Amino acid sequence: MPDLLQVENLAKRFGGIVATDDLSIAIPEGQLHAVIGPNGAGKTTLIAQLSGQYPPDSGRIGFAGSDITALPMPARSALGLARSFQITSLFLDLSVLDNVALAVQAHAGHSFHFWRHARRQRELRDPARAALARVGLNVRENLPASALSHGEHRQLELAMALASKPRMLLLDEPMAGLGPEESARMVATLRELKKELTILLVEHDMEAVFALADRITVLVYGRVIASGKPEEIRNNAQVRDAYLGEQEAVHG
Amino acid sequence: MSGWLSARNLAVIVLLAALVLLPVYVELTGNRFLLTLFTRIIILALAAVSLNLILGYGGMMSFGHAVYLGIGGYAVGMLAHEGIYSGFVQWPLALSASALFALVIGALSLRTRGVYFIMITLAFAQMAYYVVAGLARYGGDDGLTIYKRSQFFEPINLSNKMQFYYICLALLYASIYLVWRIVNSRFGMVIQGSRSNDTRMRAIGFPTFRYKLICFVIAGTLCGLSGALLANHTDFVSPAMMYWTRSGDLIIMVVLGGMGSVIGPVFGAMALLVLEETLSGFTEYWQIILGPLLLLVVLFARGGIDGLLGKVRHA
Amino acid sequence: MTLFIEQCLNGLQFGLLLFMLAAGLTLVFGIMDLVNLAHGSLYMVGAYFAATFTAWTGSFLLGVAIALGGTLLVGMAVEVIVMRRLYGRDHLDHVLATFGLILFFDETVRLIWGPAGLSLPLPSWLNAPVQILPGVYYSAYKLSIIIVSLAVAAGLYFLVMRTRIGMLVRAGASNREMVGALGVNIKLLYTLVFGLGAALAGLAGLMQAPILTVQIGMGEIIIILAFVITVIGGIGSIRGAFVAAIFIGVVDTLGRAFFPDLLRMVLSPAAASTAAPALSSMLIYLLMAIVLVLKPEGLFSAGNK
Repeated sequence: MPDLLQVENLAKRFGGIVATDDLSIAIPEGQLHAVIGPNGAGKTTLIAQLSGQYPPDSGRIGFAGSDITALPMPARSALGLARSFQITSLFLDLSVLDNVALAVQAHAGHSFHFWRHARRQRELRDPARAALARVGLNVRENLPASALSHGEHRQLELAMALASKPRMLLLDEPMAGLGPEESARMVATLRELKKELTILLVEHDMEAVFALADRITVLVYGRVIASGKPEEIRNNAQVRDAYLGEQEAVHG
Repeated sequence: MSGWLSARNLAVIVLLAALVLLPVYVELTGNRFLLTLFTRIIILALAAVSLNLILGYGGMMSFGHAVYLGIGGYAVGMLAHEGIYSGFVQWPLALSASALFALVIGALSLRTRGVYFIMITLAFAQMAYYVVAGLARYGGDDGLTIYKRSQFFEPINLSNKMQFYYICLALLYASIYLVWRIVNSRFGMVIQGSRSNDTRMRAIGFPTFRYKLICFVIAGTLCGLSGALLANHTDFVSPAMMYWTRSGDLIIMVVLGGMGSVIGPVFGAMALLVLEETLSGFTEYWQIILGPLLLLVVLFARGGIDGLLGKVRHA
Repeated sequence: MTLFIEQCLNGLQFGLLLFMLAAGLTLVFGIMDLVNLAHGSLYMVGAYFAATFTAWTGSFLLGVAIALGGTLLVGMAVEVIVMRRLYGRDHLDHVLATFGLILFFDETVRLIWGPAGLSLPLPSWLNAPVQILPGVYYSAYKLSIIIVSLAVAAGLYFLVMRTRIGMLVRAGASNREMVGALGVNIKLLYTLVFGLGAALAGLAGLMQAPILTVQIGMGEIIIILAFVITVIGGIGSIRGAFVAAIFIGVVDTLGRAFFPDLLRMVLSPAAASTAAPALSSMLIYLLMAIVLVLKPEGLFSAGNK
């Protein structure tokens, strides 16, 4: 069966800095593929290129059988490739439910409807509520998004990505800034989501990575230095030197 | 929030009812000046409501909105000058010309944001001002008198002050309803989302430019209607209608009234014009008070009258 | 031909005047991220002060010097009293507050000097034509405007490019927080920058006073052009403001002078005389539209605004 996401020889420079260096990844449907690496390894840049925010300098991105390398952001989202952001970027003055409903609306055809009350349309509100339920936020649905805690923002971020009914999620550090309890909750949510979606997970939280990942790719300076099953990566000396060793020192 | 019968909603209901009953009061007391004043308030309230669509809900800070007052007004004025008095010709022209201008200016200006957008909308409005001021045939700087108001079929007679008042009021209420439906529709959600976080909107799949442009055109067209009404009200049009400081007046009305609701600008128009009338009764230098007053509102009462009445700014 | 040279010089002179106005505006936008609609009011204040102090002292130079100092003081006072409370706020707040300032200044001027405007007669020693080329004469006063403006522009360039303060100004234009983090007294820097902008506006106002106008509302008229120049040149860029200002000044002056004749060659005289003034005024805005289409951030935009 062909892979859902195929990245071939992706490359990107910003001036003198090589952000992505001859990067290739293949992710079959249903897999949770983690991408790890030290800071500056180009993980967010990778997601940005996959979602269409930046164009790569060279290389090819294939999704669900089509070449999406040059496809603009809204079109990729329409194909079923959704992304969450590392830095929270929400509609802070709208309600939690409005935030997710907007994500649903984006995939419900054009929005040149000027008359019917959008907040009463079940075809928008129901899927939004469902997505909020999946991340456990529905009790907060009528609050303005600005009233939520940081951890809840990350959950809302995830709910918005889910609202577009994607086939594949690109998650950029969903655990960023979460405390132990919130992290555990996020891991549990992701474990549930794994059953129905393909996920590319960029993360620093190694516990979460090893708990969830089917496969792990390690990036250093934009280049893949290792890729394989979690146990292989854990035992890989090169990876240990470059990255995991650091991590263990940090986590103590 | 305390639901339907909050202080603020009561104030709104009282206001709307009072406006309907005003001509009755005028008949009883003979205070014709009040009718003239409030006709003007209603017409400018319509312009302010249209501005709030793009400013309050869309986050597009246009400093050239008064240009549509001029375009709508001059459509009526120029046609009247040429002997065409039919409202059925004048008003559609006023609306289409406004829509077209908004389309072109919007297409150019909406490619920019923030400070650039403010300056560009201001500059284009001034351009229209200079163009019209240069048209000697239509009065140039001195303006153009309108000898006959827009004609429709019997029994509509815009020269009848009471009738004219009610026509303007009806158009205001219709516009408020229209804008209210628009901001709560799917289209309105896109506009509000765009104001809140435009980058995120595009990331989740909305091509926001076209939505903002259409919103801009709708607002301009409504304001063009206001211009046509204004021309009829004053029996006169001049380039001064679109001088950039008039756009400032409209923004003041919107902010003063409260940007978070459709009705807010009506409060604002009333407040500003009544304030003008009262203050100029005290001193001819009333703008010395208005200036710093505005400053204080900006610094301490940004929610406007709506905010003071207790309406929390909800999108 | 002499007419053409004269109009070119007029365009240059007008452009330089505009540059001084726009330089202050773009500096304040760029460094303090402040939209100041009332910049034109300082231009007006400069003109009024010049007319008043020249009449009191009987000396043009003395009057002008005091006027400049006075405008600088007014500018700094405005910064301390009003602008400080606006930094970091929404641009809409800036727009409203400075619009309120315009109303205040206009009315205050009307209160003090009356509604009729003033006049500032040219000093006799400048009121003579100077021969710049064989057979070509130009007003000495306008020539001195050109010279003074160029000197100011050079001084500004030197200040921004070659001094420590200038370095702070440029750094501030691209990264405000960093400058604060470096321990620089931001409050003082902002007051000085705003004061400088005010002085430049006042200088422009007082220089044009003898040849153009001293009246209420003059600021509102000229500020639009300053905005157009800032947009075309790019916010925060003095170089951009210079290039755009000269360009606009020349195009506008030559356009108004020669465009009607051009039109008469293609249209009937009646149509030409109707359309000419309208179209000439449109020229600048058309230019702005073209720049916007090609480069929305302005030609020389500095930093990440």
